[in-house]
Amino acid sequence: MVSASQALAPASRASSVLGTDLSEQSLRRYLNGLPRVDVIGANARAGHFQTRSLKTETKRQGLDLAIRMVDLTTLEGADTPGKVRSLVSHAIHTDPLDHSAPSVAAVCVYGDMVGHAVEALGDKHVSKDPSGISVAAVATAFPSGRASMKVKLLDTEDAVAAGADEIDMVIDRGAFLSGRLGEVFDQIVRVKEACKRPDGSYAHLKVILETGELATLDNVRVASQLAILAGADFIKTSTGKVQPAATLPVSVVMLEAVRDWYLATGEFVGYKPAGGIRAAKDALRYLVAVAEIAGEQWLDPHLFRFGASSLLNDLVMQRQKMTTGHYSGPDYVSVD
Amino acid sequence: MSFLDYSPAPESTSILKLQKQYGLFIDGKFQGSRGKSFATISPATEKTITKVVEATSADVDKAVKAARVAYDKVWSRMPGSERAKYLFRIARIIQERSRELAVAETLDNGKPIKETRDFDIPTAAAWFFYYAGWADKLEFATGGATPQSHGVIGQVIPWNFPLMMLAWKVAPALAAGNTVVLKPAETTPLTALLFAEICQEADLPSGVVNIITGAGKTGQALVEHRGIDKVAFTGSTRVGRQIAKSLAGRSTALTLELGGKGANIVFDDAPIDEAIEGIVSGIFFNQGHVCCAGSRLLVQENVHDEVLSKLTRRIETLRLGDPLDKNTDIGAINSKRQLDTITEIANSGEVEGASRWSSSCDIPSKGFWFPPTVFTGVQASHRIAQEEIFGPVLSVLTFRTPAEAIEKANNTPYGLSAGVWTEKASRMLSVVDKLQAGVVWANTFNKFDPTSPFGGYQESGYGREGGVAGLLAYLKTPIRTGGRK
Repeated sequence: MVSASQALAPASRASSVLGTDLSEQSLRRYLNGLPRVDVIGANARAGHFQTRSLKTETKRQGLDLAIRMVDLTTLEGADTPGKVRSLVSHAIHTDPLDHSAPSVAAVCVYGDMVGHAVEALGDKHVSKDPSGISVAAVATAFPSGRASMKVKLLDTEDAVAAGADEIDMVIDRGAFLSGRLGEVFDQIVRVKEACKRPDGSYAHLKVILETGELATLDNVRVASQLAILAGADFIKTSTGKVQPAATLPVSVVMLEAVRDWYLATGEFVGYKPAGGIRAAKDALRYLVAVAEIAGEQWLDPHLFRFGASSLLNDLVMQRQKMTTGHYSGPDYVSVD
Repeated sequence: MSFLDYSPAPESTSILKLQKQYGLFIDGKFQGSRGKSFATISPATEKTITKVVEATSADVDKAVKAARVAYDKVWSRMPGSERAKYLFRIARIIQERSRELAVAETLDNGKPIKETRDFDIPTAAAWFFYYAGWADKLEFATGGATPQSHGVIGQVIPWNFPLMMLAWKVAPALAAGNTVVLKPAETTPLTALLFAEICQEADLPSGVVNIITGAGKTGQALVEHRGIDKVAFTGSTRVGRQIAKSLAGRSTALTLELGGKGANIVFDDAPIDEAIEGIVSGIFFNQGHVCCAGSRLLVQENVHDEVLSKLTRRIETLRLGDPLDKNTDIGAINSKRQLDTITEIANSGEVEGASRWSSSCDIPSKGFWFPPTVFTGVQASHRIAQEEIFGPVLSVLTFRTPAEAIEKANNTPYGLSAGVWTEKASRMLSVVDKLQAGVVWANTFNKFDPTSPFGGYQESGYGREGGVAGLLAYLKTPIRTGGRK
């Protein structure tokens, strides 16, 4: 248990939201005061988005939007600088047959690959071109998060120093499930501080809840609020290493959390479902959920991302179908 | 173009092959009539779909006679297991022709295709499947007493769920061994006529099901016909009362499923986001043309503002327009007459001092439409809190304690439905127990299942449809002669 004096330090904002001093107890009382989630109702709401029918112009618009919001990801033990260069090239030229196809939002890699990704992006890196591509790094002993705080912070600082624009951290699910909410809060706050660059700016922080390990939608709602309160720029469902990863019912709850935060404070927090979204059709359903729950402002790479790898090619194939009128097949898109 | 301006995604009507004119379905075939023909129109476009005939009292007589012959000679003598086969066959044909039926229902009624496709037609099929299973097991419903059917049943159904209401009436009646003469509503005869074709396709013996179209006069001739053994009516309380009067002093059995003014009670510990969905489905499902609609929202005072701001925000995302478009949430009002009624009562709300809020959605120029509307500051004495509006109009009242919520919820001459939203199980059980309503939904709303009885208290009618209770309504009250062996 973290003592209140040292742990919940740079948190004046959270304190003003709670309307009291920040302590393990006040935090728990606030989070337990959130409305509960009725699972059957949340599933029904998710089912509703699956019945929306997106045709013609809306489908075309949705496919382009979805491509622009992909965090093209490779998180394998076997990753090499060559593989990352290949991923970067795919991120820039998403459709080898049509260079008018939009680029993705970011490439997402392990910390040691950040330098290679930045170098491969060259002029297309967001630091050179504001409409360019960002580099996101997973950090904090991804995917399990089982390491000392010292290691997690070093992991983060290292990636930021190498040029990462965005950090995807994992929460300590063990601490969350055993009720040590203050500890989870504190870790997020400290990782956020580790995202600070020498010039005073911050790398964007995405907080992965690993909803597949949180077991209930009530927990998802509480963890979402906790992460937002601790300063997350984005809340993200999953590492992709645990099943189930992103689902629509979980997305309903997390989107309600970012919407409610916006309605209460006027601040925008982003949302990133990750893992398990492979078909363009599924991606379009997510866009519908985002637009109908949170609002159309969230249909923007600054506020919504897909964490995915194979999804991009299906989006591109569907886009080719819309443009040319026929399916091209998997040989007409690049494999990574 | 904004992403949320979804491009049109209309369901094709090409699957629907309609006749230019329909006769009456009597004794297994479509027959002509001396009655005058009238158009059935699509309320979304005001265009004529097809023409049907207004059955005369001579036609009613012919239909009742055909049903009597079929009852005496065929249906009442047939073993239950054989009746079951026909009902199963009808259920399967409804499923096979579901897309066609969904399109027909949406055209004729004005309700969104997503509702006919995902709710009306599947529920109709489910009702036939369920009661098909009962046809050879009637003694288990009567507790061992010999089951006795009534004979010929006269059934009059409303326009809000045309095929589903038909299924609710016809399936248990046939399973119990009765034959029927059914009159669909004047404005929505289409799916009942397609159902007549389904009866032919299923080789149902002639005269077991007879469908006669027409308006109130035809309905009156049917329910007052001396050859009818039981009347089953779903519709307005006003007409239900007339029927009860005209049958007084006769041995004709009667069940009535009438109006409602359901209370949807939201406590401060409710799952708020799901409660919002339940409120929306409770009053805007089927444009509020639902007898069990949650048309009175009772919300605990301390969460009133939060619930209302979330609710209005949610209502703004509802899409009103072409019912055949797969993305439409709110369709057309079924008729000009109904639109006038809704408009008149809604206007009284403003006059009596409640505040009106309506969705800013665009209203099509042709057809009959009413935007989703919410009244706040409603007092229990206002007309909009008392009368059934049967449209997309929600009246919001507040309460402070569970006792006050129960008192206000029960303060109605009706008693068909209610909903309760709370995450506290003990409160749920104690409140549900004290509500005078035939069906109470806990943390959900508008859920239907063939195994579950449905019906009302007080002016919402008597008798139950669905489940074993719904089956017993089509059997004579058993006289027990001894214990069950």
